[in-house]
Amino acid sequence: MLLQHEVSAAAHPLAGTVVEWLWLLPLLPLLGFVINGLLSLVPATVLGPGDPDMAHGADGAHGEAGHGVAVHAHETADEHGAHGDDHHPVVRHRFAWLASIVGPAVLAIAFGLAVAMFFAMRGAGGGEMHAPFVQRYFSWMPAGTFHLDAAFQLDQLSMLMVLVITGVGTLIHLFSIGYMQDDPGYPRFFAYLNLFVAFMLVLVLGANYPVLFVGWEGVGLCSYLLIGFWFSEKANADAGKKAFIVNRIGDFGLLIAMFLLFANLGTLDFVAVNENVTRLAFGGPLITTICLFMFLGCTGKSAQIPLYIWLPDAMAGPTPVSALIHAATMVTAGVYLIARSSVLFSMAPVAGLTVTVIGALTAIFAATIGLKQWDIKKVLAYSTVSQLGYMFMGVGSGAYVAGVFHLATHAFFKALLFLGSGSVIFAMHAAYHHTGSHEDAQDMRNMGGLAPYMRVTWILMWIATLAIAGVPFFAGFFSKDEILGSLFLRAHDSTLADARWLGIPGSAVLYGAYALGLAAALLTAIYMTRMMIYTFHGPNRTGEKERDHLHEAPWIMTGPLVVLGILSAVGGWLNLPAITSFLGPVGALDRWLEPVVGESALRVTNGVAPEATHSTELALVGGAVAIALLGIIIAAVRLKPARLVPKAQSPEEHGIERVLANKYYVDEAYDRVVVEPTVGLSRGVLWKGIDQGIIDNVLVNGSARLARGFSSLGSWVQSGQIGTYAWVLVIGVLAVLGAFTIR
Amino acid sequence: MLAEAIFFSAVLFTIGVIGVLTRRNAIIIFMCVELMLNAVNLSFVAFARAYGVAGQVFVFFVMTVAAAEAAVGLAIIIAMFRHKQTVNLQNINILKG
Repeated sequence: MLLQHEVSAAAHPLAGTVVEWLWLLPLLPLLGFVINGLLSLVPATVLGPGDPDMAHGADGAHGEAGHGVAVHAHETADEHGAHGDDHHPVVRHRFAWLASIVGPAVLAIAFGLAVAMFFAMRGAGGGEMHAPFVQRYFSWMPAGTFHLDAAFQLDQLSMLMVLVITGVGTLIHLFSIGYMQDDPGYPRFFAYLNLFVAFMLVLVLGANYPVLFVGWEGVGLCSYLLIGFWFSEKANADAGKKAFIVNRIGDFGLLIAMFLLFANLGTLDFVAVNENVTRLAFGGPLITTICLFMFLGCTGKSAQIPLYIWLPDAMAGPTPVSALIHAATMVTAGVYLIARSSVLFSMAPVAGLTVTVIGALTAIFAATIGLKQWDIKKVLAYSTVSQLGYMFMGVGSGAYVAGVFHLATHAFFKALLFLGSGSVIFAMHAAYHHTGSHEDAQDMRNMGGLAPYMRVTWILMWIATLAIAGVPFFAGFFSKDEILGSLFLRAHDSTLADARWLGIPGSAVLYGAYALGLAAALLTAIYMTRMMIYTFHGPNRTGEKERDHLHEAPWIMTGPLVVLGILSAVGGWLNLPAITSFLGPVGALDRWLEPVVGESALRVTNGVAPEATHSTELALVGGAVAIALLGIIIAAVRLKPARLVPKAQSPEEHGIERVLANKYYVDEAYDRVVVEPTVGLSRGVLWKGIDQGIIDNVLVNGSARLARGFSSLGSWVQSGQIGTYAWVLVIGVLAVLGAFTIR
Repeated sequence: MLAEAIFFSAVLFTIGVIGVLTRRNAIIIFMCVELMLNAVNLSFVAFARAYGVAGQVFVFFVMTVAAAEAAVGLAIIIAMFRHKQTVNLQNINILKG
């Protein structure tokens, strides 16, 4: 039996501090879920004399100007705005005010608590604190020598994740107050959102793999519920199902990894696994298998090739959901999992190379698709897939801090981009709603020249765009640069470089990944600039009447944007590289996360921290900056927004453009290769053959037929004729007597 | 002596059995059953001579039971006749399952 209890909470430097309230972190959003969930049971109030079936915005006297942010205040009663994409039935919920208080408040309190814990942790030594603070609640699975507690742990990595989740989560909750104000499912929305945060916190606070898995599945459930939030539209419900089913494939991998860990180490606690994993052979088939199965789980949750297909469809959900779940937090769970299991991955160079390769391929693949998407949210969705690829390049190549750093900065600027796009969609939608137009409020061909109408959103989204493109001194510059730099350095000298991946030398693989990363960076700059130009610049294509109704979102929505804008601008200060030591303290995040991933990172780099010479670093940074600027310039010069026409009049694309616009036909290919054979097998063999043929016909009906046959024989024998009975009796007696006599 | 008695008893019993199997009138079948009982009584008495009085005691039991059975059996036959207007067992198959 492994001694996993020696890190007792009482002896820990954090014992007795605010960190003792750890359990409250997930409980607060859970409380919000319960309250909002109860509120959502009250049916929405129809305000005004409108048709009660307002699912398509058949007007209504909603939104009196007194209700804070009344965007649709000037409608007249005969308007019918059944526009395609964003379904805001204009029905306000009676208890919307309460949900608007409870939903964000629980998150804000949790964030405050997290900040207090952060300072407590800093007080206790921060990067010096080497053992996680573990809190055990009850014995979950005692089975023989195996013992599993329901336990939370807080260490530097969890702390960072908790801060990002609750911080960005609070901002997105606030934004949702404005964005979802006219939705009849308002309390339901906040209930799901709160539940999501609760599960996400369970995921990052769990002290062992099964607790993490509970959160992992819980966030999957909430993702499903929120993608299909407007489930009356079949496409949205289908998108939710797709996300759920694709994620199950990944979860199978994670489960197998957990079973293998348990079978070989006898424990699933993070602390104990990290201590005992060195018993396994370095780079052996077992550890590689475990890591690869674990990574399969990550490809599902974090939308990597081959399981990325659900994420773009997930944009069917409300935009705040896309920002919180499908950009900032849940999809980064895979990155968190690898960073959390860094000891395992550092023991398996081949698995690390696989993660790097998949990350690099995903980064470039999704970036090319992002080049030709017209839906503003789809651009951002593919951008998210691509950026997640970067994170996996980081954690796969053993640069765990770089991956987690990019996770944090990406949470800032991608949340900002999504919320900004939400603000744009909100304005577009309101304008179309006014005129009763049925145009697509998310299609960039219908936008253009929005900058004068929404100054705040415009400026903030440019900040986020510069950040994601990697323009110097914005957050994304530092984190992306660190990932690419780490790849380059590890290609020289690391256990990965010495390993072989499918026969290719590891260093060649890493150099290749580095090149793909650079190419993806160029594409990122191009497609993001394209999105900005088509949305905010050039001539306006919304239409004459609609133009008058375009205006900036209310402060409750722009406020969170401003905060995220600041974070996107300065987020890089979390971990400044040595070359920018003039800006402030270097490598803060490196030191902070050192106790969690430091040992693993050193194992990957053969025990020496990789140091670039000043000139190498300068060349790397210079190259990255040049590529970012080049991308922006290419997009600015080559794109002609003046030539663009609204969606309805747009011609069909041809050639490679068409392939990109159709996302390489991957969905169609999966349909052919996976879905249709599965359906065919299920229908032809499993349903018609096994279920109807064998089970129904042979087993169920067959046994009934057999019983009926026997019973009809019995009832034929029982004729009621005394004479016959007497004959049978006599024959029986004679037979018995005969048997006795003969013997 | 014993052999003759047993042979006679067997003949009587067989006649009773054949009667039960072949006749259709309930009363005749009934009488054939009585014949079988008496055939058994005869063999009991015959054996009692050789093996002690236990056989004779059994005969008394059999006669008592036969008397009770006759009373009940005849009552059933009369009740059946009132119901069906016949004592032909081929027409009485209400025990059919």
